[in-house]
Amino acid sequence: MTNKLKLVSHVDAINWNKIEDEKDVDVWNRLTNNFWLPEKIPLSNDIQSWNQLTPGEQQLTLRVFTGLTLLDTIQGTVGAVSLIPDSITPHEEAVYTNIAFMESVHAKSYSSIFSTLSNTKDIDEAFRWSTENENLQRKAKIVMDYYQGDDPLKRKVASVLLESFLFYSGFYLPMWFSSRARMTNTADLIRLIIRDEAVHGYYIGYKFQKGLEAATQERRDEIKDYAFNLVFELYENEVQYTQDLYDEVGLTEDVKKFLHYNANKALMNLGYEAIFPKDVCDVNPAILSALSPNADENHDFFSGSGSSYVIGKAVNTEDDDWDF
Amino acid sequence: MADIVYFSSTSGNTARFVEKLGRPATRIPLHARDEPLQVTEPYVLCLPTYGGGNNAGAVPKQVIKFLNNETNRSLIRGVIGAGNTNFGEAYCLAGDIIASKCKVPHLYRFEVFGTPDDVRIVHDGLEAFWTRQP
Repeated sequence: MTNKLKLVSHVDAINWNKIEDEKDVDVWNRLTNNFWLPEKIPLSNDIQSWNQLTPGEQQLTLRVFTGLTLLDTIQGTVGAVSLIPDSITPHEEAVYTNIAFMESVHAKSYSSIFSTLSNTKDIDEAFRWSTENENLQRKAKIVMDYYQGDDPLKRKVASVLLESFLFYSGFYLPMWFSSRARMTNTADLIRLIIRDEAVHGYYIGYKFQKGLEAATQERRDEIKDYAFNLVFELYENEVQYTQDLYDEVGLTEDVKKFLHYNANKALMNLGYEAIFPKDVCDVNPAILSALSPNADENHDFFSGSGSSYVIGKAVNTEDDDWDF
Repeated sequence: MADIVYFSSTSGNTARFVEKLGRPATRIPLHARDEPLQVTEPYVLCLPTYGGGNNAGAVPKQVIKFLNNETNRSLIRGVIGAGNTNFGEAYCLAGDIIASKCKVPHLYRFEVFGTPDDVRIVHDGLEAFWTRQP
């Protein structure tokens, strides 16, 4: 590769007592509070559950996780790092270094799952599959091309789409297992990754919108066109990738709904309106509640009769300064 | 007059949702140096939870300050939470905490700045909710 190394051209000692954007501090605190390592998750408790999967399900799991490993590797070593020189504040630069490191933790955590549950031969086969699967490689290439391009706003669009959309064809599987009380410790680990990616997508999307505020209308239109075109390009590829993985287990249509639902949220993180209509985003409720126990529809007081609503569900949280 | 009081950080997602509702709304000030908000009529509180993790601090400090005012607290009638299901157990957690502490219903949850369907449901839902209030 002949690309010239791009770095921040000038650095001053970072002063965390002088803040230009409160969001940098909020997100830094959130990310550091959320810090975790795969060694803390008792993955070996899933060995029995793993042994009860069919060979096809085991192979699917390894393939899904090598695909996710590739995305996390890209985001850790290229994506988040490529955003650093575009930062508006020094604290934003620091947040990206945290994001980059956590992506490397995520990438490594899949290897923890592999070594706990599988064997060298099957793991090697799955990594070989990931380098040979055209749709996975195309997804990586599309995103990498924008990271290496020279447009800071386009880089952020690509980054948010990776964080908030491209992971979800993979995240579906452990949530599906979890909804059937299988591989539950693995699912706990994946939920930690999902939580991190949600903060990343939110923050990078926020910085993207800040960048747009300073742009001319013409430039905003150009970026919006680009963002929607990229969503469609990635979406088409994502559907094919989903078919490669899930056709054999008959879950493709269910995964596609999850893709639509997450593509909408990725767009919203960028400040754009959702494009996939409600009737193609009706994600399997079991998947949603595997993702978040609060996501079920009983919490809609307006649409229901109200009778199913329960006030004061115990919440295991106390704010120290919450004091009436 | 039916009213919404809302909190939105500099990302403005919750503010955007509230604007789309097109109902009378008042924003809780972001900065400590701003004049504190004092309400005089019943309201529904709309606020986000961003970030996840079961750490303290799900309810923004500005909202705590607002609710520590006894008059403000006595006028709350319901909560609407914003967030992202990807935050897992922390999805709309601040709404749960306030609903539980203030003994009011957590009326609705939406993600990021809400879809057009969310806006329609909440708009119509509030209309009906306020006519039912004594």
